[in-house]
Amino acid sequence: MRIAAQAVLYAAFVAVIGYFSTSPAYVHLAPGEAVVKLSLSHAGERKEPCRTRSEAELAKLAPNMRSPTVCTRERVPVRIVVAIDGTTIFDVVAQPTGLAKDGASTVYRRLTVAAGRHRIRAELADAPGGRMTYSATTEVDLAPGRLLVIDFAPEAGGFVFRS
Amino acid sequence: MRAALAASLDACEAAFDRAFGQAGNPWRHLGSLAFLLVVVTTATGIVVYAVYDTSVGGAYRSVRAMSAGPPAGLALARSVHRYASDALVLTMIAHLAREWLRGHAAGFRWFSWLSGVPLVALVYASGIGGYWLPFDRLAQLSLTATTEWLDALPLFGEPLARNFVSPASVPDRLLSLLVFLHIGIPLALLAFIGVHLLRLTRPRSFPPATIAAATCAALVVLALMHPARALAEADFGSEPMTVAFDWPYLFIHALQYRTSPQLLWAAAGAAGLVLAVLPWIERTPHAPAACVDLANCNGCGRCFADCPYAAITLVARSDGRHLPRQAEVDPRRCASCGICAGACPSSTPFRSGSDLATGIDLPQAPIRALRASLDRALETLAPRPAIVVFGCASGVEVASVREPGTAPIELVCIAMLPPSFVEYALRAGADGVMVSGCREGDCAYRLGHEILRARLEGSREPRLRARVSRARVRTFWGARADARSLSAAVAAFRRDLAASPRAAGPSMPPKRREALDA
Ligand code: HEM
Ligand code: SF4
Ligand code: SF4
Repeated sequence: MRIAAQAVLYAAFVAVIGYFSTSPAYVHLAPGEAVVKLSLSHAGERKEPCRTRSEAELAKLAPNMRSPTVCTRERVPVRIVVAIDGTTIFDVVAQPTGLAKDGASTVYRRLTVAAGRHRIRAELADAPGGRMTYSATTEVDLAPGRLLVIDFAPEAGGFVFRS
Repeated sequence: MRAALAASLDACEAAFDRAFGQAGNPWRHLGSLAFLLVVVTTATGIVVYAVYDTSVGGAYRSVRAMSAGPPAGLALARSVHRYASDALVLTMIAHLAREWLRGHAAGFRWFSWLSGVPLVALVYASGIGGYWLPFDRLAQLSLTATTEWLDALPLFGEPLARNFVSPASVPDRLLSLLVFLHIGIPLALLAFIGVHLLRLTRPRSFPPATIAAATCAALVVLALMHPARALAEADFGSEPMTVAFDWPYLFIHALQYRTSPQLLWAAAGAAGLVLAVLPWIERTPHAPAACVDLANCNGCGRCFADCPYAAITLVARSDGRHLPRQAEVDPRRCASCGICAGACPSSTPFRSGSDLATGIDLPQAPIRALRASLDRALETLAPRPAIVVFGCASGVEVASVREPGTAPIELVCIAMLPPSFVEYALRAGADGVMVSGCREGDCAYRLGHEILRARLEGSREPRLRARVSRARVRTFWGARADARSLSAAVAAFRRDLAASPRAAGPSMPPKRREALDA
């Protein structure tokens, strides 16, 4: 009798474990949903333009230090704005990394969107003054569960959309 | 609220007692059960690791092959590994909750409590890291969620989650790193468990064999009936939609996606902080620590051997007597349980002199007072058969059994009772001695049962002398709520004593009698 009661209690314990180790299934994305990820790393321009040294200034420097231009190291923050079907979904200002703020700005954002056809417009500002220096528009058809990654590669001409 | 929870825990434990018996009740062995599960996960983890492939392409294949193999082979090891780790979470949380409900978060136990808190984080880090290794859809989801969570704090310059936005972005050496984490964090867990047990003498790190065997058997049956399946392979080019989910560990991902990574940080931080400062919120009044009286300490080391909280050390003699050692108490560790006083050879009531002093004693409940109340009770104890009931402050309130012929005497812990007091009571007029303590395995000071039982059986110093008739000594183990059972046990004892009356009356040593008479 006691053994039976113990068996029932042990069975209940492992039944709870067995059940919750797989169930209920976790619905990460509902059937009609897809995901947009904004993921990029880009260095903004220098905060102040490089300045040419005057003859007088150059003369004052040691001969091995006579570089004709001086540049401050700090970069401007990069701003990225993404709109989907005319609605802004991301508007991010990414600060430059590094103690001297001289590194690249990196961004990672994730958003669940409705699956289906979408018009995506992405803009990026990386120069002093905040003017949008790059922009791109694309049309995507995201099946449920698909992923659209918005990346940025200036050498490839700017925004890259991968889906 | 806490009182209500504590009462339901008591009721639940009482129900389990009926199925398991007191000593085999798993509720009383949650800490050691958690440790057993750590050991089982480690052992099965080593087996699974032996066939695991740490390359990005091979990891998934090697785990799938494991699960596709014969059910009693590697698939079993994998499934038991998973279920033991799930059982560990549940057991650990039950252990934490039970210790809290018993008021064990504060006072001299603060160290055990505080050192338990990082174990929660380490168990979670170990378990969640385990879910990354099969490199399936669940691993993908968990890796993404975890890195997004870490990125919410300004810890890393470059967001870690960027490694998982496309198949091409996944680093080649990723799985080696994940394996390193899944070995390193559990090793840290083992080391921290060592710290957790540092202030306990003879920690019960393994549950009784029946509990250990039954738990392992139950896990194997579960693993055979419901083996861990292989899910679809990770594909960082798309998002997992619906996944079979291990809730005990991964609920935090669900929480993060239903709220936000920041909110999850806030919740985890707040929970950690509350747990960590609980010993100082729940301040309990600190009873005075045990004190050593060098004049009565010969350095025998019995108190040192019995102290459940490693509060006693044996140090070089400081009073010039020609003895090698003396006992010394660290008051910060002392639980004021008095078990040491019960161990000291000087704690014998047969010693003459009205001022009984012993080697180590509790200032608030000295052995001298124990003898005085026993003497007083014995003087008026009638009718026969007369019974002295020694009880502990955490078990049944022994005052509840007071009636003519029954004299209750309460101690802090029943293991504070020197066995010579049992003999003394019997020789000074009692026909029987009942010794009542907490339910077995439930001693408020951990080792009371084990120590007292061994002393009464004569297998541990100080021993109850062999010439004391064991028919006149009985034990009773019960919780606060068991007062009725104690009364019934006393009544049954009285019937048995009446059936075999003693030939002679009290046989007190003459010296003590004189002292009493004076
Ligand atoms: C992997 C997780 C854990 C393991 C393996 C573990 C194991 C143990 C063991 C073996 C004991 C000794 C029992 C005895 O000999 O009396 C113990 C005691 C204790 N544990 Fe844990 N524990 C874990 C987590 C925790 C946590 C999370 C807490 C609370 C935050 C906690 C609080 C305590 C306390 C307060 C005691 C002292 C009990 C006493 O003084 O009577 N433990 N634990
Ligand atoms: S009272 Fe208890 S905890 Fe304190 S020294 Fe004595 S045996 Fe150890
Ligand atoms: S048991 Fe008594 S005599 Fe022995 S070391 Fe402890 S205090 Fe001293």
